[in-house]
Amino acid sequence: MITRAPSFAAAPLPEPAPPPGESFVAPLLSVRNLVKHFPVRGGVLNRIVGNVHAVNGVSFDVNRGEIVGVVGESGCGKSTLGKAIIRLSEPTSGSVTFEGTDITRLSHAELMPFRRRMQIIFQDPYSSLNPRLTVRKLLQEAIDFHKVVPGGRAQTENYIDEIIAKVGMRKDSKDKFPHEFSGGQRQRLGIARALALKPEFLIADEPVSALDVSIQAQVLNLMMDLKREFGLTILFISHDLKVIEHFCDRVLVMYLGHIVESLPCDDLHAQAKHPYTRALLGANPIDDPDQRESRPLTILQGDVPSPFDPPKGCAFAGRCPLVMDRCRVERPILRPRGDRQDVACWAVEN
Amino acid sequence: MTTPSPILSVRHLTTRFRTDRGIVTAIDDVSFDLYPGETLGIVGESGCGKTVTSKSIMRLLPERTTIIDPSSQIMFEGTNLATADDRTMRRIRGDRIAMIFQEPMTSLNPVFTIGWQLDEALKYHTDLGRAARRSRAIEMLKLVEIPNAERRVDEYPHQLSGGMRQRVMIAMALCCEPDVLIADEPTTALDVTIQAQILALMENLRKRLNTAIILITHNLGVVAQVCDRVAVMYAGRVIEVGGVRRIFHDPQHPYTRALLDSIPKAGRKEHGKRLPTIEGIVPSLFDLPKGCRFADRCARCQPLCRDTEPELLPAEGVGESHLKRCHFPLSQAAPVTSASHAAMTSSPGARP
Repeated sequence: MITRAPSFAAAPLPEPAPPPGESFVAPLLSVRNLVKHFPVRGGVLNRIVGNVHAVNGVSFDVNRGEIVGVVGESGCGKSTLGKAIIRLSEPTSGSVTFEGTDITRLSHAELMPFRRRMQIIFQDPYSSLNPRLTVRKLLQEAIDFHKVVPGGRAQTENYIDEIIAKVGMRKDSKDKFPHEFSGGQRQRLGIARALALKPEFLIADEPVSALDVSIQAQVLNLMMDLKREFGLTILFISHDLKVIEHFCDRVLVMYLGHIVESLPCDDLHAQAKHPYTRALLGANPIDDPDQRESRPLTILQGDVPSPFDPPKGCAFAGRCPLVMDRCRVERPILRPRGDRQDVACWAVEN
Repeated sequence: MTTPSPILSVRHLTTRFRTDRGIVTAIDDVSFDLYPGETLGIVGESGCGKTVTSKSIMRLLPERTTIIDPSSQIMFEGTNLATADDRTMRRIRGDRIAMIFQEPMTSLNPVFTIGWQLDEALKYHTDLGRAARRSRAIEMLKLVEIPNAERRVDEYPHQLSGGMRQRVMIAMALCCEPDVLIADEPTTALDVTIQAQILALMENLRKRLNTAIILITHNLGVVAQVCDRVAVMYAGRVIEVGGVRRIFHDPQHPYTRALLDSIPKAGRKEHGKRLPTIEGIVPSLFDLPKGCRFADRCARCQPLCRDTEPELLPAEGVGESHLKRCHFPLSQAAPVTSASHAAMTSSPGARP
């Protein structure tokens, strides 16, 4: 069940060369060959007996002002990817370049200014807010630490009012504790705390998954408004392809620690090429009872393989309807297929 | 559904809880019928009373703090389950009416094997001998498409994946071939590819065993995919009941409409647009308005709505098959067009 020692360097991804031409603008964020393995200890001596291959050599760019979605099923490494990018969880190897600086090589002190500029909001608004701090304290702590507001108490106080109003909450929320709010309101608080630091880049890790649909729509609209107002760049992690399709410009599809496809969201159903992306689209029920017969759900057999012992070839081979012999021995590499689209699949290449 | 007599008939079901803040009415005057072989969806947002409804039917709520109003009727084959004694309930529960829950991790006992847990219901409800029960357990695991059933039967829940555990739950629920299966958010904790497997499995078994299913969910896509009829709940009330096509294409209650509108639509070119939302929040069950419970959030709200709560009555021109609880239903509203899905249907199974 557990593999011996790390062997992740097997197929290094090529450095994607920047496209030529004068119109080229450097991406805000560049992730290259990012790897995050969690050691698994065992035996009498508590030695490292293997690794969970959570993120296994992921490369992509995010342009300024873009909303990039990351979709995949539980355990595919999408949350780990989000945390590794801002070094909440130290990457095992690879680089994360933010506006020309490789932040994986920075010391803790050097990293702090980048932490302000790269914020994260989490799925669970219940556990990601300190229950002992009032809303004012929650915001103040972050604002003071990063010295976002010049001047004294009064200025900070005004700024907090401004932020609270921005996320659509009432002024008297300031003196309340997190438990006094509903789930949707708490998610607004999470957004307020991230926004208070005037970030340029926001990682949203399943921000609406715990919310009811009517509240989910409110929070998505809020994020859309704030994105426009502050010119934010967002990495939006979700398991819900419908939400991603609605909200994002481009989506990265992850399977067992790898990106298997990257494509624009404008016309997912027509453009998706990787059999896994197509299966995800086909397994998602659509909200129209008339199409039940004409469009039965795509049923994939089996489960996602264990990340302790990822298959040697393509991770999706065991469940893939297009599987060929080559897929079981050689892992496909993410290659450009058409406009702004990359696919890692041998069957698609043929 | 042309079948004349329902297998389960719920009338005026009202469940109250004793709490520190006084008595609260969690579900109020809930009525619906369930016909043999059909799938009835119960939808609504958190706290609307979906789960309380199902647990009231199964009488699984803590007796000390729960009051099921004496006027409530849950008629199942001539027995009123609302007032039935414990012995009767034990005989029916698991045998004639079975239930599966959202969390297959917590509803299976971690210290017993899968086989032991399947055996429990069979031992209680059938006269089969030990060997016959074991082969029945294996047969059930095969029915829910668990590979290596002979080996899996001796494994423990932690050795199975989430999807497999939910299959085991379904096998347990179906091992006595119940007439009614109540599935409370059976796929909510699962990934979409696994959800598709489980939905297909339930659909198969329903056809094969003619089990009537009550499917409780907040996922309208799942409802559109598998349900024949739908009951929409809001703040403890059923606010609309009808055939799945009518509910999706011609909803009468503004809440149903708003709920349908607020989900991001797959494949539609509404990318980047604002989603229609329902402003405000669900009223607290401790402080319910006098009139319609949706009035505060409703765009069509009139003085009458704040004054008098509407009854659950047939929608105009369709008779008993479509009921709504609204003074000003959306009868004249244009139905949802499905033209925008055309791009998707043109290549349903197309592979690159």
